[in-house]
Amino acid sequence: MPILQGSELECVRGDRRLFKGVNFSLDAGELLQVHGPNGSGKTSLLKMLCGLATPAQGQILWRGNDIRSLKGEYYGEITYLGHLSGVKDDLTAIENLRISSALSGAEIDTERAHGALRKMGLGGRESLPAKVLSQGQRRRVALSRLLVCGTVLWILDEPLAALDAAAVKLMQSLLEQHLNQGGMVVMTTHQEIDIAAVSTHRLQLS
Amino acid sequence: MSLWVIQRDLLLAMRRRSDVLTTLFFFIIVVSLFPLGVGPEMNMLRTMAPGVVWVAALLASMLSLGRMFSSDYLDGTLEQMLISPQSLSMLVLGKAVAHWLVTGVPLVLMSPVLGLQYDLSTDALLILTASLLLGTPVLSLIGAIGAALTLGLRGGGVLVSLLVLPLYIPVLIFGAGAVEASTAGLGAGAHLSLLGAFLLASLVLSPWATAVSLRISME
Repeated sequence: MPILQGSELECVRGDRRLFKGVNFSLDAGELLQVHGPNGSGKTSLLKMLCGLATPAQGQILWRGNDIRSLKGEYYGEITYLGHLSGVKDDLTAIENLRISSALSGAEIDTERAHGALRKMGLGGRESLPAKVLSQGQRRRVALSRLLVCGTVLWILDEPLAALDAAAVKLMQSLLEQHLNQGGMVVMTTHQEIDIAAVSTHRLQLS
Repeated sequence: MSLWVIQRDLLLAMRRRSDVLTTLFFFIIVVSLFPLGVGPEMNMLRTMAPGVVWVAALLASMLSLGRMFSSDYLDGTLEQMLISPQSLSMLVLGKAVAHWLVTGVPLVLMSPVLGLQYDLSTDALLILTASLLLGTPVLSLIGAIGAALTLGLRGGGVLVSLLVLPLYIPVLIFGAGAVEASTAGLGAGAHLSLLGAFLLASLVLSPWATAVSLRISME
């Protein structure tokens, strides 16, 4: 049985049906790329995967159990990065990283946070408030959480938006490393990116 | 309880001191306007003091409710809280405690000074402060439910007053009543005990109700 499995998922927003009959399954080391035009329900699907939205029909299983019955147990194994980065304007990059890590249940010390930010190319900017950082740099602050989270399943909504070429390369190697170690990634992206994985699933929403 | 949530909210409040000061100055000015408007009639001032201070405290605490979850909602932190492996109720309790530390405690500290304008006796000032100390956390805890329910709604500010102010009424009655009872020589023990009971009940029920409301608002 696959670790993550979605069966016959249906999403209804208001009185419009975005998709129905969506099936997928994901095992250790596998990547699921969700494709589709704007408004086809990619973000809604990812929110369902996090338990932030309830599917109108169908269910999502994690190691054979419905994610809605697992709750905290499941949340401890996923990291979700959505459109909204969760980066606070008034906090510095390092405070942002440490607080978002504590929120996801893995407190880290300053040393480790410094290391992660430096690796994401934010060396020397750790103590600047996030409001003076550029859009791409704020995105990097949010993404640096992936370096310290230690979770199995990453759910990423447009992780490459606003990133420059060097950062895209960095993300690519980060994702490959995670998949290599037996992690799983579900992501949406409009950019073409080549990520080496045991197997890559493509899910097309129309 | 999640201490670091409290720490984070206090840090954010420190970086945005103007928000905190707005609430405090609102309280000070409203309480100070009454003696100026009513005139220096000592007896009347003494009888109306507890009511005025308490109503001003209710309104001041209301004023800052909108900010409790809205910034976390707008930047996506709230989403992360909902999918945190930690209990959402505990996170919410942390936020309510931080809200009280930032908006409630300054009011409690200022109230004896403001009470002097109403010629309150030392005993009455003490009871007033004690009743605020027990009552203001209840305001933050009940307010959190209203703030969570109106999250992301247009005109949420007006709606939150309509939702929350009726629920504040028992706290107002027993808070102001404590001072009146003590000046009438009846002792404030009963009123303060009831306020303490409200505090305990809201400590248990409000984080849970707020967590449920947040999940409904975020669907």
